[in-house]
Amino acid sequence: MTPPTAQDARIHNIGYRRYEGERLGAGYARLSLFVHSLRGGFGLGRSARSKVLPFGLFAIMCFPAVVMVAVAVMTGLDEMPIEYQGYGLAMQPILSLYIALAAPQMVSLDLRFRTIPLYFSRPMSPADYVRAKFAALSAAIFLFVAIPLTIAYAGGLLAELGFADQTSGYLRGLVAAAVLAVTHAGVALVVASRTPRRGFGVAAIIAVLTVPYFAVTAVQAIANEQGGSDAIGWLGLFSPTTLMDGLQSAFLGGTSGFPGEAGPSTGAGVGYLLVTVGLVALCHVLLVRRYRKAGL
Amino acid sequence: MYNPTVARLTYRALLGRRRALILGALPALLIVIAVAVRLLNGADDHAATEILGGFALASMVPLVGVIAGTGAIAPEIDDGSIVYLLSKPLDRRTIITTKLLVAIGVTLAFTTLPILLAGFILNGNSQVIAGAFAVAAAVASIAYSAVFLLLGTVSRNAVVFGLVYALVWEALFGSLVPGARALSIQQWSLAIAERIAGPGADITSEVSLPAALILLLVATGLGTWYAARRLGSLTLAGER
Repeated sequence: MTPPTAQDARIHNIGYRRYEGERLGAGYARLSLFVHSLRGGFGLGRSARSKVLPFGLFAIMCFPAVVMVAVAVMTGLDEMPIEYQGYGLAMQPILSLYIALAAPQMVSLDLRFRTIPLYFSRPMSPADYVRAKFAALSAAIFLFVAIPLTIAYAGGLLAELGFADQTSGYLRGLVAAAVLAVTHAGVALVVASRTPRRGFGVAAIIAVLTVPYFAVTAVQAIANEQGGSDAIGWLGLFSPTTLMDGLQSAFLGGTSGFPGEAGPSTGAGVGYLLVTVGLVALCHVLLVRRYRKAGL
Repeated sequence: MYNPTVARLTYRALLGRRRALILGALPALLIVIAVAVRLLNGADDHAATEILGGFALASMVPLVGVIAGTGAIAPEIDDGSIVYLLSKPLDRRTIITTKLLVAIGVTLAFTTLPILLAGFILNGNSQVIAGAFAVAAAVASIAYSAVFLLLGTVSRNAVVFGLVYALVWEALFGSLVPGARALSIQQWSLAIAERIAGPGADITSEVSLPAALILLLVATGLGTWYAARRLGSLTLAGER
């Protein structure tokens, strides 16, 4: 016997419609994630409070470029006081702080609020996620360094410091900034992807970026006193900052910040290139492995 | 002024699980460098000063200070679980002093002992360089812990501001603007190291010893006092 209500049962048409628009696919999802992360790296699309630190650091980053231009115009120098290739390295503390701020913002929050499974329920693989984040952080760091360079370049042209000199220096500076951005982004993301807590991520990234630098510099200073200029070059391989410094002095014609301005020899220069490429590849592999499982 | 339960909770928050290993990586690096330099180079007073002053006191002590000082209180304020602690019948000053003592203890353990050990490895405490830097690190640990604990109660971005102070102010501005060096915990502690170490140790500080001692006491005292005040007036219904 059927219950009395079953006779009144009927199916209403609630107007469900299939999605008939264009399916944009994984490529579009990657692009969206890239743009979203890049904007997030500068606090765009977030609260006003979270814009203060990125833009404050960016202003400090641009300040020496403006001063350089002013000095060049006023005193009639024939070249810039700071080389284009070494600009990012000269501002290393500010740059490290920015990276330490941006990297956990990009990946730690997804871990903390468990949004990772949501990303992977889209037509996106973990490798796509990693590449989008990697590209976004690299682009953010590149802009962070390249915009002050562009300011200095424009100022240098206005001060008539010589078009050919300035342009070749500027282009080499951009290459140095790009290499710096990719390596530092890799290291920072590997560290940040291990912790869901932002504060801890910030401290850990700063530690990874600066402690080896201080250690290498101290040991290099000792090697310099012992007269081992060969050792200075090889020691530089052991921290991201000195790695970049050696690379730009070996291949981009910059002056090294090593003690006694002793850049790496040609043999060591090849070593620098190999270590840099290896470091980026290693970071990528580690990141992809980290996100193989969608949970935590 | 000291509550064992709060101390145990803070200690576990700082060193629980794998965090002790991460915090231990810094002193381990220092010891490795010290051993390597000693083996390659032999005992050398100048090398010892370079490593202990240029690496240990300049980067390791502030970093451990930031992690321990802000880590003792900032995460709890950040995720709101400080409420459970504040709602217990405990004086808030007791909470702050207990957390400060734990932070100081952790910083001391992870900086002073390794520095002393590294100093002995580097040159066998000749010219009392190891002892001088160990005392300087101990004093700096106390001041850093108090200042960074205060930062943890003031700002949600405590770690960032702590690092801005340690890196940008002490390292960058300190090397560009001489005046900035007079207002740096690192220089104050160096003044003490300068006094303890032998005359050939080549440790120099920007500030005189009495000024350094007074400034250290003031920074520690003011930091603790104001942190207690901040925690005392912390409203439980935080503005989000």
